[in-house]
Amino acid sequence: MLDKTGFPLEMTGEDTPMVSFRKVRKSYGALTVLDDLDLDVSAGEMVSIIGPSGSGKTTVLRMLMTLERINGGVIYVDGKPLSHMPKGGQLVPANERHLRSRRADIGMCFQHFNLFPHMTALENCMEGPVQVLGLSKAEARDRSEELLEMVGMISKKDQHPSRLSGGQQQRVAIARALAMRPKVMLFDEVTSALDPEVIGEVTNVIRQLVSEHNLTMLMVTHQMGFARDISDRVCFFYGGRIEEQGPPAELFGNPQRERTQQFLSAVREAV
Amino acid sequence: MGLYDFLAQYWPRLLSGAGITVAQFLLAAALGVAISLCMGLMKLSQNALLRGAAVTYIEIFRGTSLVVQLYWIFFVLPLFGLTIEKFTAGYLAVGMNIGAYGAELVRGGILSVPKGQWEAALAINMSPAQRMRRIILPQALVNMLPPWGNLMIELLKGTALVSLISVADLMFEARQINSSTFLSAQVFGAALLIYYVLARFLVTPFMRWLERHMARKLGRT
Repeated sequence: MLDKTGFPLEMTGEDTPMVSFRKVRKSYGALTVLDDLDLDVSAGEMVSIIGPSGSGKTTVLRMLMTLERINGGVIYVDGKPLSHMPKGGQLVPANERHLRSRRADIGMCFQHFNLFPHMTALENCMEGPVQVLGLSKAEARDRSEELLEMVGMISKKDQHPSRLSGGQQQRVAIARALAMRPKVMLFDEVTSALDPEVIGEVTNVIRQLVSEHNLTMLMVTHQMGFARDISDRVCFFYGGRIEEQGPPAELFGNPQRERTQQFLSAVREAV
Repeated sequence: MGLYDFLAQYWPRLLSGAGITVAQFLLAAALGVAISLCMGLMKLSQNALLRGAAVTYIEIFRGTSLVVQLYWIFFVLPLFGLTIEKFTAGYLAVGMNIGAYGAELVRGGILSVPKGQWEAALAINMSPAQRMRRIILPQALVNMLPPWGNLMIELLKGTALVSLISVADLMFEARQINSSTFLSAQVFGAALLIYYVLARFLVTPFMRWLERHMARKLGRT
């Protein structure tokens, strides 16, 4: 069923994408950041988003996390509208309650980790499960310790973030997001604030997630090598649009568009 | 009469006055903290009505004299049928006044918490109330403790004004003793000393302890 502007109230069928941006527009005043963005991400797919700064790539993740409202179009997650809610056969902008119910499917890791400084690593991970999901402390602890073990941070579980290195903090942040059992994970330049020697400890955790878990992931990154290694698809953003997208081997090996070629050669020169 | 002889004779009255001063201080502080929190949060609210109410409150209580506020509560409200006993009127006036100053500290403290903390709390799907209570306020509290220490000392000294409506606090007792003995240097010297001791050895160490305690909770030590 479609609403009068032509957007489906719900997406059904076997090939329903986990995430779907339909003609999404985002602007700040006169500045258009994203222009009629169409992007589908299948369940279990790992999509990397690359592009020059100001191309709107981080905005894509922030809109999906509902940190930013959109100015046009509709975002769907798991077939149901996220940015909007159905009301009387139409899609209307989502209210806080709808956002809260749909946001549960999405987790996010940030460039600057944003761990809660007044809580230990373990408490950071337990906070959401206890406060939001209503788990018992014992259940939340088990779940959090398992995840801290997975990211290699179990030995530091009782430390506050101020005692942890950037790489360690980011691994705790990944565990914290995973503790909410999201269907979609968003990584926003998670290695950009790290010292070069600790980037590997974070990328290894993400590699492990890709190979062992069936999460849908969107990752904004400046690390072309990493994106090439682990992505199912790479999207090159330019000027608020997807300029080119495809499997990493094609996009990196044989870019079709001139802007993609320029960007990639500029990045290669910088390394 | 030397200070020692003076104290030997009048210490029970000074002590009882100091007791009332401490009681006024504690009640006004509790009220002031509660009002600060309410008004500080209201001033940051999305709701224009709540925001307007907070701004009005802060303007009135910060923009006018504490003594006049005290007289209003004690002498004018009864004319409108609301009579408040003098002890209560005392800490109400001082607490409501300090609450207006504290509201700005609360507001500033909350705004000083980095935006990323709000976003991370939203990303684990906390409700707006949970974000404030569990994530933002605990951090805001640490940031605003040092200026709160100053405000608490101001508050302690501000309680001396309740003697003007005959609350038998330290200042009231001192004035009573003075008017019957004319030992002005001794009595006001003793009062000065007692206020200093209360501020320096009770309020300040407590606030320092609180700061250290909160810093430890943040893992900052």
